[in-house]
Amino acid sequence: MDKKHIFDEPKNVKRLLVSFYAILVILVSIDFFIPKHPHFAWEEWPQFFAVYGFVACVLLVLVSKYVLRPLVKRKEDYYD
Amino acid sequence: MINALHPALIFIAGALLIPLLKGKAKSAYMLLLPALSFMNLLQIPAGQHWVIGFLDYNLTLCRIDRLSMVFGYIFHIISFISILYALNVKDDGQHVAAVLYSGAALGVVYAGDLFTLFIFWEIMAVTATYLIWARRTRASSSAGMRYLLVHLFGGLCLLIGILLQLHNTGSLEFSHIGLNGLASALIFIGFGINCAWPGFHSWLTDAYPEATITGTIFLSAFTTKCAVYALARGYAGTDLLIWIGAAMAAFPIFYAVIENDLRRVLSYSLINQVGFMVVGIGIGTELGINGAVAHAFADILFKGLLFMAMGAVMHQTGKINCTDLGGLYKSMPFTALFCIIGAASISAFPLFSAFATKSMVMDATAKDHLTGVWFILLFASAGVFHHAGIKIPFFAFFSHDSGIRTKEAPLNMLLAMGIAAFLCIFIGSFPGYLYSILPYPVDYQPYTAPHVMAQLQLLFFSALAFTLLMLSGIYPAEIRAINVDADWTYRKGAKAFMWMLTNPMTKLGAWISRTVFELIPSSLGWASKNPVAVIKIAADSLLLKFAVPEKRDEIKMRIQREKEIYPGDIIRHWPIGSVVLLAILFFLAYLLVNYMTGAKH
Repeated sequence: MDKKHIFDEPKNVKRLLVSFYAILVILVSIDFFIPKHPHFAWEEWPQFFAVYGFVACVLLVLVSKYVLRPLVKRKEDYYD
Repeated sequence: MINALHPALIFIAGALLIPLLKGKAKSAYMLLLPALSFMNLLQIPAGQHWVIGFLDYNLTLCRIDRLSMVFGYIFHIISFISILYALNVKDDGQHVAAVLYSGAALGVVYAGDLFTLFIFWEIMAVTATYLIWARRTRASSSAGMRYLLVHLFGGLCLLIGILLQLHNTGSLEFSHIGLNGLASALIFIGFGINCAWPGFHSWLTDAYPEATITGTIFLSAFTTKCAVYALARGYAGTDLLIWIGAAMAAFPIFYAVIENDLRRVLSYSLINQVGFMVVGIGIGTELGINGAVAHAFADILFKGLLFMAMGAVMHQTGKINCTDLGGLYKSMPFTALFCIIGAASISAFPLFSAFATKSMVMDATAKDHLTGVWFILLFASAGVFHHAGIKIPFFAFFSHDSGIRTKEAPLNMLLAMGIAAFLCIFIGSFPGYLYSILPYPVDYQPYTAPHVMAQLQLLFFSALAFTLLMLSGIYPAEIRAINVDADWTYRKGAKAFMWMLTNPMTKLGAWISRTVFELIPSSLGWASKNPVAVIKIAADSLLLKFAVPEKRDEIKMRIQREKEIYPGDIIRHWPIGSVVLLAILFFLAYLLVNYMTGAKH
């Protein structure tokens, strides 16, 4: 019988996710108290980087999956 | 006179002795090479050394300044780490090629003139090809051949550019060149091919994943970074580079998301990271160049670390595709930890190396108010975390359990990864040491509250996107497939060219040779037997076309009869006397003409 490892336990995965969400909340809340000295105006907007990071990654995945993959995907023996 | 050897000499000469040694002595000797070479390097004072006359020109074999020294330091560090990682390989050819390749890279960064640079540049291309071929698979031998051809083409551009430059300026010195005319453009493209510019990049994503496990570590460190060095030296402040770099940073991340082979994912992210350096060089300010060089320094370590971690996985399991891996943290916990450190470093988490280096390039774009480029680089920063920071460790070590149970990687591999991981954290936590060796004085502070905050938000919310897309099942499933890229043009293009040669072109050739060498001479020969009869047949055939229907049968019969008796009895129709008569008449005419034209004089 294989030894049980840390993420075999669903409880531990859940704990990880909960702490991850907690960090997100902390980051969003302390953002309001950070003094900023930006190059660009939008760097001062609250949560700018959070929103940009999230939207960028969702777009990245959607474009890769629905635009790029149908264009470039070939069978593994395509070049043989 | 200085009491030291040329910086590349210990590697290049030392490599040749490797096959003579055995066992522990060989390992010790190989580890000693970079250490000895480094101590030798420190003995050489700044300035130009080993200036030798070659034909009518002076070659400067060694130039020590701050720019070449940063690359010299990191090349020694990574060659030590890579040699340690490769110690368990029992293939002298690979060891010799790898050490020669490292030495040639040193030769490139210390070359004071373009000709010396070119020689070492070509040694790098050949030894790198060996590291790809040494995998000894069908895929690696053809990928290696493509690698060699692309680099020979790049080398040719470089050589023609250098010769034109020599013709224009009368000097071989390698200093700032800048884009101004054909010679500089050819050198620019020669550098750009090694730098993996978009369109010229697919030699990298094609060949690196096919090279040997340990060869890839060397490859990922030297070729592109030598190109970064050469661009920083020759083309700092060239605006075009800003956009080339931005494109390099952005497009590979889309490929990386859908790629199945994890070493190919890393190859795409290698281009993405070099993109940041190219942007920094294009900006050309002190901050931009410092950022590009610092990021090259950091990238060599964390990209090497990630390739080492994936190499260790491949070494232990024989597999490298997302579809075959998963759950390996259970049997390879140290490799998993080192991989996560490499992932955190490439993603620029605070306290990890890229946080202190990539941000210099970001800051340089912001200072120059390059809004569009800044947004693209920020997008690329989020994207790199997504594909290199999360995808690599997640699919290899976590994700669904592939059921593979194996042992931890060999000790030398773990040690090599450990050293690289330590340096990644050290640079990130104490960036002052790296800043102090950069080409220009550094006036930059990475650890400010808003910078740390911005970076943490960017990364954690990128991670949130990954988590939500994973949990909702929208994240693209891993698929056993390949994705065509720019190498399609020459891989399929070469096939199309060969098809053109073997099908339409050979058919055309055969038709031409049949017509010219067989059909026409034989018909002429046939016709010459009895030209009068041929004319008769031709005239009758023509007549047949216009004849009234009643006459047709008669003409047909006549043509048939004429063809049957062809060539007929020529002698009866052309008695020898008439031929002689014709000849005499011809001579007479000739004499007359000759006499009349002669009379005019």
